[in-house]
Amino acid sequence: MNRTQKQSRFAIACLKMVAGFVVLILAFLIGYIFITGLPNVSWHFLTSPAKAFNAGGGIGIQLFNSFYLLVLAMLISLPIALGAAIYLNEYAKDNWFTSTIKTAIEILSSLPSVVVGLFGFLLFVVQFNYGFSIISGALTLTIFNLPLLTRNIEDSLANVSDDQRQGGLGLGLSKYETIIHIVVPASLPGIISGIILCSGRVFGEAAALIYTAGQSAPALNFADWNPFNIDSPLSPLRPAETLAVHIWKINSEGIMPDLTQVSSGAAAVLVLAILIFNLSARFIGRKVFERMTSVK
Amino acid sequence: MQNTTELNNKPKRFIYDFNPEETEITMETKNLEIYYGKSLAMQNADLKFEKNTITALIGPSGSGKSTFLRSLNRMNDGIATVKGEILYQGVNINQPKIDVYEVRRRIGMVFQRPNPFAKSIYDNVTFALQRRGVHDKKTLDRVVETTLKQAAVWDQVKDSLNKSALSLSGGQAQRVCIARALAVQPDVLLLDEPASALDPVSTQQLEATLRELKKDYTIIIVTHNMQQAARLSDYTVFFNMGEAIEYNKTRKVFTRPKVQMTDDYVSGNFG
Repeated sequence: MNRTQKQSRFAIACLKMVAGFVVLILAFLIGYIFITGLPNVSWHFLTSPAKAFNAGGGIGIQLFNSFYLLVLAMLISLPIALGAAIYLNEYAKDNWFTSTIKTAIEILSSLPSVVVGLFGFLLFVVQFNYGFSIISGALTLTIFNLPLLTRNIEDSLANVSDDQRQGGLGLGLSKYETIIHIVVPASLPGIISGIILCSGRVFGEAAALIYTAGQSAPALNFADWNPFNIDSPLSPLRPAETLAVHIWKINSEGIMPDLTQVSSGAAAVLVLAILIFNLSARFIGRKVFERMTSVK
Repeated sequence: MQNTTELNNKPKRFIYDFNPEETEITMETKNLEIYYGKSLAMQNADLKFEKNTITALIGPSGSGKSTFLRSLNRMNDGIATVKGEILYQGVNINQPKIDVYEVRRRIGMVFQRPNPFAKSIYDNVTFALQRRGVHDKKTLDRVVETTLKQAAVWDQVKDSLNKSALSLSGGQAQRVCIARALAVQPDVLLLDEPASALDPVSTQQLEATLRELKKDYTIIIVTHNMQQAARLSDYTVFFNMGEAIEYNKTRKVFTRPKVQMTDDYVSGNFG
Protein backbone atom coordinates (compact mmCIF):
# COMPACT_ATOMS: atom_id res chain seq x y z
CA MET A 1 0.00 0.00 0.00
CA ASN A 2 1.51 3.33 -1.01
CA ARG A 3 1.48 6.61 0.85
CA THR A 4 -1.51 8.15 -0.94
CA GLN A 5 -3.65 5.11 -0.21
CA LYS A 6 -2.61 5.11 3.44
CA GLN A 7 -3.41 8.80 3.78
CA SER A 8 -6.77 8.32 2.14
CA ARG A 9 -7.68 5.38 4.40
CA PHE A 10 -6.63 7.30 7.46
CA ALA A 11 -8.69 10.34 6.44
CA ILE A 12 -11.79 8.23 5.74
CA ALA A 13 -11.43 6.49 9.09
CA CYS A 14 -11.23 9.87 10.87
CA LEU A 15 -14.31 11.19 9.07
CA LYS A 16 -16.26 8.04 9.89
CA MET A 17 -15.31 8.44 13.54
CA VAL A 18 -16.48 12.04 13.65
CA ALA A 19 -19.76 11.15 11.95
CA GLY A 20 -20.20 8.20 14.30
CA PHE A 21 -19.59 10.48 17.29
CA VAL A 22 -22.44 12.78 16.23
CA VAL A 23 -24.81 9.84 15.90
CA LEU A 24 -23.62 8.56 19.26
CA ILE A 25 -24.46 11.81 21.05
CA LEU A 26 -27.94 11.82 19.54
CA ALA A 27 -28.50 8.14 20.35
CA PHE A 28 -27.32 8.68 23.93
CA LEU A 29 -29.56 11.70 24.48
CA ILE A 30 -32.67 10.14 22.99
CA GLY A 31 -31.98 6.83 24.70
CA TYR A 32 -31.53 8.50 28.09
CA ILE A 33 -34.65 10.64 27.75
CA PHE A 34 -36.80 7.72 26.62
CA ILE A 35 -35.50 5.24 29.21
CA THR A 36 -36.01 7.62 32.11
CA GLY A 37 -39.14 9.25 30.72
CA LEU A 38 -41.32 6.74 28.88
CA PRO A 39 -42.09 4.57 31.96
CA ASN A 40 -43.85 7.62 33.44
CA VAL A 41 -46.03 8.14 30.37
CA SER A 42 -49.52 6.71 30.55
CA TRP A 43 -52.89 7.61 29.09
CA HIS A 44 -53.74 9.27 32.39
CA PHE A 45 -50.49 11.30 32.25
CA LEU A 46 -51.20 12.46 28.69
CA THR A 47 -54.79 13.52 29.35
CA SER A 48 -55.10 14.86 32.90
CA PRO A 49 -54.24 18.40 34.00
CA ALA A 50 -51.07 19.21 35.92
CA LYS A 51 -51.08 19.38 39.73
CA ALA A 52 -49.04 22.02 41.49
CA PHE A 53 -48.68 20.47 44.95
CA ASN A 54 -49.74 16.82 44.77
CA ALA A 55 -48.34 13.82 42.94
CA GLY A 56 -50.21 12.25 40.02
CA GLY A 57 -50.54 15.30 37.77
CA GLY A 58 -50.44 15.04 33.97
CA ILE A 59 -49.62 17.18 30.97
CA GLY A 60 -52.94 17.10 29.13
CA ILE A 61 -53.56 20.82 28.94
CA GLN A 62 -49.94 21.61 28.14
CA LEU A 63 -49.99 19.09 25.30
CA PHE A 64 -53.17 20.58 23.90
CA ASN A 65 -51.75 24.11 24.25
CA SER A 66 -48.59 23.13 22.37
CA PHE A 67 -50.58 21.83 19.41
CA TYR A 68 -53.05 24.70 19.43
CA LEU A 69 -50.28 27.29 19.50
CA LEU A 70 -48.48 25.44 16.73
CA VAL A 71 -51.56 25.42 14.52
CA LEU A 72 -52.27 29.11 15.14
CA ALA A 73 -48.65 30.13 14.57
CA MET A 74 -48.60 28.16 11.30
CA LEU A 75 -51.91 29.64 10.15
CA ILE A 76 -50.46 33.12 10.62
CA SER A 77 -46.96 32.50 9.30
CA LEU A 78 -47.69 30.26 6.31
CA PRO A 79 -49.43 32.83 4.08
CA ILE A 80 -46.77 35.44 4.89
CA ALA A 81 -43.89 33.03 4.32
CA LEU A 82 -45.42 31.73 1.10
CA GLY A 83 -45.90 35.24 -0.25
CA ALA A 84 -42.40 36.32 0.74
CA ALA A 85 -40.84 33.18 -0.73
CA ILE A 86 -42.74 33.54 -4.01
CA TYR A 87 -41.66 37.15 -4.28
CA LEU A 88 -38.03 36.43 -3.47
CA ASN A 89 -37.66 33.39 -5.69
CA GLU A 90 -39.85 34.32 -8.65
CA TYR A 91 -40.06 38.08 -8.92
CA ALA A 92 -37.25 39.77 -7.00
CA LYS A 93 -34.51 41.21 -9.18
CA ASP A 94 -30.92 40.86 -8.07
CA ASN A 95 -30.47 44.30 -6.53
CA TRP A 96 -29.84 46.03 -3.21
CA PHE A 97 -33.50 45.84 -2.20
CA THR A 98 -33.60 42.07 -2.56
CA SER A 99 -30.31 41.56 -0.82
CA THR A 100 -31.54 43.78 2.03
CA ILE A 101 -34.60 41.54 2.44
CA LYS A 102 -32.48 38.42 2.32
CA THR A 103 -30.03 39.76 4.89
CA ALA A 104 -32.93 40.80 7.13
CA ILE A 105 -34.38 37.30 6.95
CA GLU A 106 -31.03 35.77 7.82
CA ILE A 107 -30.56 38.07 10.80
CA LEU A 108 -34.11 37.41 11.96
CA SER A 109 -33.50 33.67 11.81
CA SER A 110 -30.36 33.96 13.92
CA LEU A 111 -31.91 36.09 16.69
CA PRO A 112 -31.87 34.21 20.01
CA SER A 113 -35.38 33.01 20.77
CA VAL A 114 -35.32 34.61 24.24
CA VAL A 115 -34.80 37.99 22.56
CA VAL A 116 -37.70 37.32 20.23
CA GLY A 117 -39.71 36.33 23.31
CA LEU A 118 -38.93 39.56 25.15
CA PHE A 119 -39.76 41.54 22.03
CA GLY A 120 -43.09 39.71 21.84
CA PHE A 121 -43.67 40.46 25.51
CA LEU A 122 -43.12 44.20 25.03
CA LEU A 123 -45.09 44.45 21.81
CA PHE A 124 -47.99 42.00 22.06
CA VAL A 125 -48.38 41.47 25.79
CA VAL A 126 -47.75 45.04 26.99
CA GLN A 127 -48.20 47.41 24.07
CA PHE A 128 -51.14 45.69 22.34
CA ASN A 129 -52.47 44.63 25.72
CA TYR A 130 -53.11 41.03 24.63
CA GLY A 131 -51.75 39.85 27.99
CA PHE A 132 -50.13 36.46 28.48
CA SER A 133 -52.19 34.68 25.91
CA ILE A 134 -52.28 32.22 23.05
CA ILE A 135 -52.46 35.07 20.57
CA SER A 136 -49.35 36.79 22.00
CA GLY A 137 -47.57 33.45 21.88
CA ALA A 138 -48.70 32.65 18.36
CA LEU A 139 -47.61 36.06 17.05
CA THR A 140 -44.22 35.72 18.73
CA LEU A 141 -43.79 32.23 17.32
CA THR A 142 -44.63 33.68 13.92
CA ILE A 143 -41.69 36.07 14.20
CA PHE A 144 -39.53 33.17 15.30
CA ASN A 145 -40.80 30.84 12.59
CA LEU A 146 -41.15 33.18 9.63
CA PRO A 147 -37.52 33.39 8.46
CA LEU A 148 -36.95 29.66 8.53
CA LEU A 149 -40.25 28.84 6.84
CA THR A 150 -39.62 31.46 4.16
CA ARG A 151 -36.19 30.01 3.45
CA ASN A 152 -37.63 26.49 3.31
CA ILE A 153 -40.35 27.44 0.84
CA GLU A 154 -37.92 29.53 -1.19
CA ASP A 155 -35.62 26.51 -1.53
CA SER A 156 -38.53 24.29 -2.56
CA LEU A 157 -39.55 26.78 -5.25
CA ALA A 158 -35.96 27.08 -6.45
CA ASN A 159 -35.84 23.30 -6.84
CA VAL A 160 -38.62 23.40 -9.42
CA SER A 161 -36.98 23.18 -12.83
CA ASP A 162 -37.12 26.28 -15.02
CA ASP A 163 -38.55 24.04 -17.75
CA GLN A 164 -41.82 24.12 -15.83
CA ARG A 165 -41.97 27.91 -15.86
CA GLN A 166 -41.06 27.97 -19.56
CA GLY A 167 -43.78 25.43 -20.23
CA GLY A 168 -46.40 27.64 -18.63
CA LEU A 169 -45.25 30.81 -20.35
CA GLY A 170 -44.99 28.97 -23.67
CA LEU A 171 -48.70 28.15 -23.49
CA GLY A 172 -49.53 31.83 -23.24
CA LEU A 173 -50.15 31.82 -19.49
CA SER A 174 -49.14 34.83 -17.43
CA LYS A 175 -46.22 34.63 -15.06
CA TYR A 176 -48.59 34.78 -12.10
CA GLU A 177 -50.75 31.94 -13.41
CA THR A 178 -47.64 29.91 -14.10
CA ILE A 179 -46.33 30.39 -10.56
CA ILE A 180 -49.60 29.77 -8.74
CA HIS A 181 -50.87 26.87 -10.83
CA ILE A 182 -47.68 25.16 -11.97
CA VAL A 183 -44.63 26.09 -9.88
CA VAL A 184 -46.23 26.05 -6.43
CA PRO A 185 -48.05 22.71 -6.97
CA ALA A 186 -44.83 21.21 -8.32
CA SER A 187 -42.96 22.31 -5.20
CA LEU A 188 -45.66 21.06 -2.84
CA PRO A 189 -43.74 18.03 -1.52
CA GLY A 190 -40.84 20.28 -0.53
CA ILE A 191 -43.13 22.91 0.98
CA ILE A 192 -44.97 20.30 3.05
CA SER A 193 -41.68 18.83 4.33
CA GLY A 194 -40.56 22.36 5.22
CA ILE A 195 -43.78 23.10 7.12
CA ILE A 196 -43.49 19.91 9.15
CA LEU A 197 -39.81 20.51 9.95
CA CYS A 198 -40.61 24.04 11.11
CA SER A 199 -43.48 22.63 13.16
CA GLY A 200 -41.00 20.47 15.04
CA ARG A 201 -38.91 23.49 15.86
CA VAL A 202 -41.89 25.60 16.92
CA PHE A 203 -43.33 22.74 18.98
CA GLY A 204 -40.22 22.47 21.12
CA GLU A 205 -39.72 26.20 21.59
CA ALA A 206 -39.80 27.44 25.19
CA ALA A 207 -37.85 30.70 25.56
CA ALA A 208 -39.99 32.67 23.11
CA LEU A 209 -43.18 31.62 24.94
CA ILE A 210 -42.29 32.08 28.61
CA TYR A 211 -43.10 35.79 28.53
CA THR A 212 -45.79 35.69 25.84
CA ALA A 213 -48.06 32.67 26.13
CA GLY A 214 -47.43 32.63 29.85
CA GLN A 215 -46.51 30.02 32.42
CA SER A 216 -49.89 28.97 33.65
CA ALA A 217 -52.33 26.47 32.28
CA PRO A 218 -55.77 27.25 33.68
CA ALA A 219 -58.31 24.45 33.66
CA LEU A 220 -60.15 24.18 30.38
CA ASN A 221 -63.71 23.24 29.74
CA PHE A 222 -63.38 20.75 26.89
CA ALA A 223 -67.13 20.80 26.41
CA ASP A 224 -67.08 24.45 25.36
CA TRP A 225 -65.60 25.09 21.91
CA ASN A 226 -66.72 28.68 21.59
CA PRO A 227 -63.47 30.61 21.14
CA PHE A 228 -64.98 33.70 22.78
CA ASN A 229 -65.35 32.02 26.18
CA ILE A 230 -62.24 32.39 28.26
CA ASP A 231 -62.18 28.79 29.53
CA SER A 232 -62.78 27.32 26.08
CA PRO A 233 -59.78 25.40 24.73
CA LEU A 234 -59.99 27.53 21.57
CA SER A 235 -59.97 30.91 23.33
CA PRO A 236 -57.02 32.84 21.92
CA LEU A 237 -56.92 35.23 24.88
CA ARG A 238 -56.30 32.71 27.67
CA PRO A 239 -52.79 32.08 29.02
CA ALA A 240 -51.36 28.82 27.76
CA GLU A 241 -48.34 27.11 29.14
CA THR A 242 -46.94 24.70 26.56
CA LEU A 243 -45.18 21.41 27.09
CA ALA A 244 -41.69 22.86 26.62
CA VAL A 245 -42.44 25.77 28.96
CA HIS A 246 -43.90 23.34 31.49
CA ILE A 247 -40.66 21.33 31.55
CA TRP A 248 -38.66 24.49 32.13
CA LYS A 249 -41.11 25.74 34.75
CA ILE A 250 -41.34 22.66 36.97
CA ASN A 251 -37.59 22.18 36.86
CA SER A 252 -36.95 25.73 38.02
CA GLU A 253 -39.74 26.19 40.53
CA GLY A 254 -41.86 23.04 40.75
CA ILE A 255 -42.76 21.74 44.21
CA MET A 256 -44.85 18.65 43.48
CA PRO A 257 -43.42 15.46 45.00
CA ASP A 258 -43.25 13.55 41.68
CA LEU A 259 -41.40 16.42 40.01
CA THR A 260 -38.69 14.24 38.44
CA GLN A 261 -41.17 11.77 36.99
CA VAL A 262 -43.41 14.48 35.52
CA SER A 263 -40.43 16.32 34.09
CA SER A 264 -38.82 13.28 32.49
CA GLY A 265 -42.16 12.01 31.23
CA ALA A 266 -42.97 15.39 29.67
CA ALA A 267 -39.49 15.54 28.12
CA ALA A 268 -39.95 12.10 26.59
CA VAL A 269 -43.31 13.11 25.10
CA LEU A 270 -41.82 16.33 23.71
CA VAL A 271 -38.85 14.58 22.12
CA LEU A 272 -41.07 11.86 20.74
CA ALA A 273 -43.37 14.45 19.16
CA ILE A 274 -40.44 16.26 17.56
CA LEU A 275 -38.99 12.98 16.31
CA ILE A 276 -42.32 12.15 14.75
CA PHE A 277 -42.43 15.57 13.10
CA ASN A 278 -38.95 15.12 11.65
CA LEU A 279 -39.43 11.59 10.43
CA SER A 280 -42.88 12.25 9.02
CA ALA A 281 -41.61 15.30 7.13
CA ARG A 282 -39.59 13.08 4.81
CA PHE A 283 -42.22 10.39 4.66
CA ILE A 284 -45.14 12.69 3.88
CA GLY A 285 -43.07 14.70 1.38
CA ARG A 286 -42.19 11.49 -0.42
CA LYS A 287 -45.78 10.26 -0.34
CA VAL A 288 -47.07 13.50 -1.83
CA PHE A 289 -44.43 13.29 -4.56
CA GLU A 290 -45.32 9.67 -5.29
CA ARG A 291 -48.93 10.61 -5.44
CA MET A 292 -48.17 13.31 -7.96
CA THR A 293 -45.98 11.09 -10.09
CA SER A 294 -47.91 7.85 -10.14
CA VAL A 295 -51.36 6.39 -10.45
CA LYS A 296 -53.89 8.14 -8.28
CA MET B 1 -11.32 30.25 -44.87
CA GLN B 2 -11.23 33.62 -46.54
CA ASN B 3 -8.95 32.25 -49.25
CA THR B 4 -11.02 29.19 -50.05
CA THR B 5 -14.09 31.36 -50.29
CA GLU B 6 -12.45 33.50 -52.89
CA LEU B 7 -11.00 30.51 -54.72
CA ASN B 8 -14.36 28.75 -54.97
CA ASN B 9 -16.00 31.98 -55.88
CA LYS B 10 -18.82 31.10 -53.51
CA PRO B 11 -20.99 33.71 -51.74
CA LYS B 12 -20.62 34.35 -48.00
CA ARG B 13 -24.34 34.21 -47.47
CA PHE B 14 -27.28 32.75 -49.31
CA ILE B 15 -30.90 33.33 -48.34
CA TYR B 16 -33.60 31.57 -50.35
CA ASP B 17 -36.00 33.94 -52.06
CA PHE B 18 -39.60 32.79 -52.01
CA ASN B 19 -41.79 33.59 -54.94
CA PRO B 20 -44.45 35.77 -53.33
CA GLU B 21 -46.99 34.74 -55.97
CA GLU B 22 -46.83 31.06 -55.18
CA THR B 23 -46.13 30.85 -51.49
CA GLU B 24 -48.00 31.80 -48.39
CA ILE B 25 -45.65 33.19 -45.77
CA THR B 26 -46.69 32.63 -42.14
CA MET B 27 -43.80 34.28 -40.36
CA GLU B 28 -41.05 36.62 -41.38
CA THR B 29 -38.21 38.38 -39.60
CA LYS B 30 -36.78 41.73 -40.67
CA ASN B 31 -33.63 43.46 -39.43
CA LEU B 32 -33.58 41.31 -36.34
CA GLU B 33 -30.92 42.09 -33.74
CA ILE B 34 -30.87 40.26 -30.43
CA TYR B 35 -28.78 41.48 -27.51
CA TYR B 36 -27.91 39.81 -24.24
CA GLY B 37 -27.14 42.84 -22.11
CA LYS B 38 -24.96 44.86 -24.44
CA SER B 39 -23.51 42.03 -26.49
CA LEU B 40 -25.03 41.32 -29.87
CA ALA B 41 -25.99 37.64 -30.05
CA MET B 42 -27.90 37.50 -33.31
CA GLN B 43 -28.11 39.58 -36.48
CA ASN B 44 -28.51 39.27 -40.25
CA ALA B 45 -31.38 36.85 -40.12
CA ASP B 46 -34.07 38.13 -42.48
CA LEU B 47 -35.98 34.91 -42.95
CA LYS B 48 -39.39 33.88 -44.23
CA PHE B 49 -41.25 30.77 -43.17
CA GLU B 50 -43.69 29.16 -45.54
CA LYS B 51 -47.05 27.93 -44.32
CA ASN B 52 -47.39 24.18 -43.72
CA THR B 53 -43.72 23.39 -44.06
CA ILE B 54 -41.05 22.25 -41.66
CA THR B 55 -38.03 24.51 -41.45
CA ALA B 56 -34.99 23.24 -39.58
CA LEU B 57 -32.55 25.59 -37.90
CA ILE B 58 -29.11 24.00 -37.68
CA GLY B 59 -25.71 25.20 -36.59
CA PRO B 60 -23.06 24.68 -33.94
CA SER B 61 -23.68 25.43 -30.25
CA GLY B 62 -23.81 29.15 -29.62
CA SER B 63 -24.68 29.92 -33.23
CA GLY B 64 -27.83 31.75 -32.15
CA LYS B 65 -30.38 29.31 -33.55
CA SER B 66 -32.18 28.79 -30.23
CA THR B 67 -32.04 32.50 -29.44
CA PHE B 68 -33.62 33.19 -32.82
CA LEU B 69 -36.34 30.59 -32.29
CA ARG B 70 -37.22 31.83 -28.83
CA SER B 71 -37.62 35.35 -30.14
CA LEU B 72 -40.31 34.26 -32.58
CA ASN B 73 -42.93 33.92 -29.83
CA ARG B 74 -41.39 36.49 -27.51
CA MET B 75 -40.02 33.92 -25.06
CA ASN B 76 -36.93 36.11 -24.85
CA ASP B 77 -38.92 38.89 -23.17
CA GLY B 78 -37.06 39.85 -20.03
CA ILE B 79 -34.04 37.77 -21.01
CA ALA B 80 -32.76 39.41 -24.16
CA THR B 81 -33.44 42.64 -26.04
CA VAL B 82 -34.92 41.95 -29.44
CA LYS B 83 -34.84 44.73 -32.04
CA GLY B 84 -36.36 44.62 -35.49
CA GLU B 85 -39.58 43.22 -36.85
CA ILE B 86 -41.14 39.82 -36.42
CA LEU B 87 -44.08 39.53 -38.76
CA TYR B 88 -46.81 37.01 -38.07
CA GLN B 89 -49.51 37.04 -40.73
CA GLY B 90 -48.22 40.44 -41.72
CA VAL B 91 -48.41 41.97 -38.23
CA ASN B 92 -45.27 42.99 -36.36
CA ILE B 93 -45.57 41.12 -33.07
CA ASN B 94 -42.34 42.52 -31.69
CA GLN B 95 -43.88 45.64 -30.21
CA PRO B 96 -45.05 46.42 -26.70
CA LYS B 97 -48.72 46.96 -27.54
CA ILE B 98 -49.07 43.41 -28.86
CA ASP B 99 -50.66 40.95 -26.40
CA VAL B 100 -47.77 38.61 -25.74
CA TYR B 101 -50.03 35.89 -24.29
CA GLU B 102 -52.04 35.83 -27.50
CA VAL B 103 -48.79 35.64 -29.49
CA ARG B 104 -47.70 32.60 -27.53
CA ARG B 105 -51.08 30.97 -27.95
CA ARG B 106 -50.88 31.32 -31.72
CA ILE B 107 -47.19 30.46 -31.85
CA GLY B 108 -46.75 27.47 -29.56
CA MET B 109 -43.50 26.10 -28.27
CA VAL B 110 -42.14 22.69 -27.34
CA PHE B 111 -38.94 22.57 -25.35
CA GLN B 112 -35.74 20.58 -25.31
CA ARG B 113 -36.49 18.52 -22.23
CA PRO B 114 -40.01 17.14 -21.88
CA ASN B 115 -41.62 19.34 -19.22
CA PRO B 116 -45.02 17.94 -18.31
CA PHE B 117 -46.63 19.70 -15.36
CA ALA B 118 -47.14 17.87 -12.08
CA LYS B 119 -50.74 17.22 -13.05
CA SER B 120 -52.69 14.45 -14.71
CA ILE B 121 -52.26 13.90 -18.45
CA TYR B 122 -55.78 15.22 -18.96
CA ASP B 123 -55.06 18.40 -16.99
CA ASN B 124 -51.73 18.91 -18.74
CA VAL B 125 -53.50 19.09 -22.07
CA THR B 126 -56.50 21.10 -20.92
CA PHE B 127 -54.84 23.36 -18.34
CA ALA B 128 -54.28 26.37 -20.60
CA LEU B 129 -57.85 26.12 -21.93
CA GLN B 130 -59.26 25.90 -18.41
CA ARG B 131 -57.29 29.01 -17.47
CA ARG B 132 -58.93 30.69 -20.44
CA GLY B 133 -62.34 29.86 -19.06
CA VAL B 134 -63.18 26.72 -21.06
CA HIS B 135 -64.77 24.36 -18.54
CA ASP B 136 -67.26 22.46 -20.69
CA LYS B 137 -66.42 18.82 -20.09
CA LYS B 138 -67.42 17.71 -23.58
CA THR B 139 -65.27 20.35 -25.27
CA LEU B 140 -62.29 19.50 -23.08
CA ASP B 141 -62.73 15.76 -23.67
CA ARG B 142 -62.79 16.36 -27.39
CA VAL B 143 -59.66 18.53 -27.27
CA VAL B 144 -57.82 15.90 -25.23
CA GLU B 145 -58.67 13.15 -27.69
CA THR B 146 -57.96 15.21 -30.81
CA THR B 147 -54.63 16.63 -29.69
CA LEU B 148 -53.33 13.40 -28.18
CA LYS B 149 -54.22 11.67 -31.43
CA GLN B 150 -52.47 14.40 -33.41
CA ALA B 151 -49.43 13.93 -31.22
CA ALA B 152 -49.68 10.17 -31.80
CA VAL B 153 -49.78 9.25 -28.13
CA TRP B 154 -53.52 8.67 -27.66
CA ASP B 155 -53.35 4.88 -27.88
CA GLN B 156 -50.73 4.69 -25.16
CA VAL B 157 -52.41 7.01 -22.66
CA LYS B 158 -56.15 6.88 -23.39
CA ASP B 159 -56.76 4.50 -20.47
CA SER B 160 -54.70 6.48 -17.99
CA LEU B 161 -55.66 10.10 -18.63
CA ASN B 162 -55.96 10.67 -14.89
CA LYS B 163 -52.48 9.38 -14.26
CA SER B 164 -49.81 11.94 -13.43
CA ALA B 165 -47.96 13.05 -16.55
CA LEU B 166 -44.72 12.85 -14.57
CA SER B 167 -44.95 9.07 -14.71
CA LEU B 168 -44.66 8.98 -18.52
CA SER B 169 -41.52 7.96 -20.40
CA GLY B 170 -39.49 10.72 -22.07
CA GLY B 171 -40.91 10.10 -25.55
CA GLN B 172 -44.51 9.91 -24.35
CA ALA B 173 -44.05 12.97 -22.13
CA GLN B 174 -42.67 14.97 -25.04
CA ARG B 175 -45.65 14.05 -27.18
CA VAL B 176 -48.05 14.98 -24.39
CA CYS B 177 -46.23 18.33 -24.33
CA ILE B 178 -46.87 18.66 -28.07
CA ALA B 179 -50.55 17.85 -27.50
CA ARG B 180 -50.57 20.46 -24.75
CA ALA B 181 -49.21 23.06 -27.16
CA LEU B 182 -51.76 22.04 -29.83
CA ALA B 183 -54.66 22.30 -27.37
CA VAL B 184 -54.71 26.10 -27.57
CA GLN B 185 -54.98 25.86 -31.37
CA PRO B 186 -51.79 27.55 -32.53
CA ASP B 187 -50.81 28.18 -36.15
CA VAL B 188 -47.12 27.81 -35.71
CA LEU B 189 -45.21 25.29 -33.66
CA LEU B 190 -41.70 26.12 -32.53
CA LEU B 191 -39.63 23.18 -31.33
CA ASP B 192 -36.33 23.67 -29.55
CA GLU B 193 -34.32 20.46 -29.99
CA PRO B 194 -37.38 18.41 -29.04
CA ALA B 195 -35.68 15.05 -29.58
CA SER B 196 -32.35 15.67 -27.93
CA ALA B 197 -33.44 13.99 -24.70
CA LEU B 198 -35.14 11.07 -26.45
CA ASP B 199 -33.95 7.61 -27.53
CA PRO B 200 -33.72 6.76 -31.26
CA VAL B 201 -37.07 4.96 -31.41
CA SER B 202 -38.92 7.80 -29.71
CA THR B 203 -37.11 10.26 -31.97
CA GLN B 204 -38.30 8.40 -35.04
CA GLN B 205 -41.88 8.40 -33.78
CA LEU B 206 -41.64 12.10 -32.98
CA GLU B 207 -40.44 12.85 -36.51
CA ALA B 208 -43.31 10.88 -38.00
CA THR B 209 -45.68 12.88 -35.79
CA LEU B 210 -44.21 16.18 -36.96
CA ARG B 211 -44.53 15.14 -40.61
CA GLU B 212 -48.23 14.55 -39.97
CA LEU B 213 -48.63 17.84 -38.10
CA LYS B 214 -47.12 19.80 -40.98
CA LYS B 215 -50.43 19.44 -42.84
CA ASP B 216 -52.08 21.74 -40.32
CA TYR B 217 -49.26 23.73 -38.80
CA THR B 218 -46.17 25.67 -39.77
CA ILE B 219 -43.27 24.06 -37.95
CA ILE B 220 -39.90 25.55 -37.13
CA ILE B 221 -37.49 23.21 -35.40
CA VAL B 222 -34.06 23.76 -33.93
CA THR B 223 -31.91 20.66 -34.09
CA HIS B 224 -28.24 19.90 -33.66
CA ASN B 225 -28.78 16.62 -35.43
CA MET B 226 -28.11 17.16 -39.12
CA GLN B 227 -29.57 13.81 -40.15
CA GLN B 228 -32.76 14.83 -38.43
CA ALA B 229 -32.86 18.10 -40.34
CA ALA B 230 -32.17 16.27 -43.60
CA ARG B 231 -34.83 13.60 -42.96
CA LEU B 232 -37.53 15.86 -41.64
CA SER B 233 -37.48 19.37 -43.02
CA ASP B 234 -38.47 21.12 -46.24
CA TYR B 235 -36.18 24.08 -45.67
CA THR B 236 -33.01 24.40 -43.65
CA VAL B 237 -31.32 27.45 -42.23
CA PHE B 238 -27.67 27.19 -41.26
CA PHE B 239 -26.67 29.53 -38.45
CA ASN B 240 -23.16 30.36 -37.37
CA MET B 241 -21.69 33.02 -35.08
CA GLY B 242 -25.07 34.67 -34.57
CA GLU B 243 -25.97 35.02 -38.25
CA ALA B 244 -28.07 33.12 -40.77
CA ILE B 245 -25.46 31.91 -43.26
CA GLU B 246 -27.50 29.83 -45.65
CA TYR B 247 -31.21 29.31 -46.12
CA ASN B 248 -32.39 27.00 -48.83
CA LYS B 249 -34.43 23.94 -49.60
CA THR B 250 -33.15 21.20 -47.34
CA ARG B 251 -32.07 18.96 -50.18
CA LYS B 252 -29.89 21.72 -51.59
CA VAL B 253 -28.34 22.67 -48.26
CA PHE B 254 -27.19 19.12 -47.72
CA THR B 255 -26.22 18.18 -51.27
CA ARG B 256 -25.08 21.37 -52.95
CA PRO B 257 -24.55 24.08 -50.35
CA LYS B 258 -23.92 27.48 -51.84
CA VAL B 259 -21.79 28.83 -49.03
CA GLN B 260 -18.41 27.28 -48.22
CA MET B 261 -19.02 27.48 -44.47
CA THR B 262 -22.24 25.49 -44.82
CA ASP B 263 -20.39 22.94 -46.91
CA ASP B 264 -17.76 22.59 -44.20
CA TYR B 265 -20.42 22.21 -41.51
CA VAL B 266 -22.70 19.70 -43.21
CA SER B 267 -19.74 17.60 -44.31
CA GLY B 268 -18.52 17.50 -40.72
CA ASN B 269 -15.40 19.62 -41.08
CA PHE B 270 -16.30 21.75 -38.07
CA GLY B 271 -18.93 22.18 -35.43
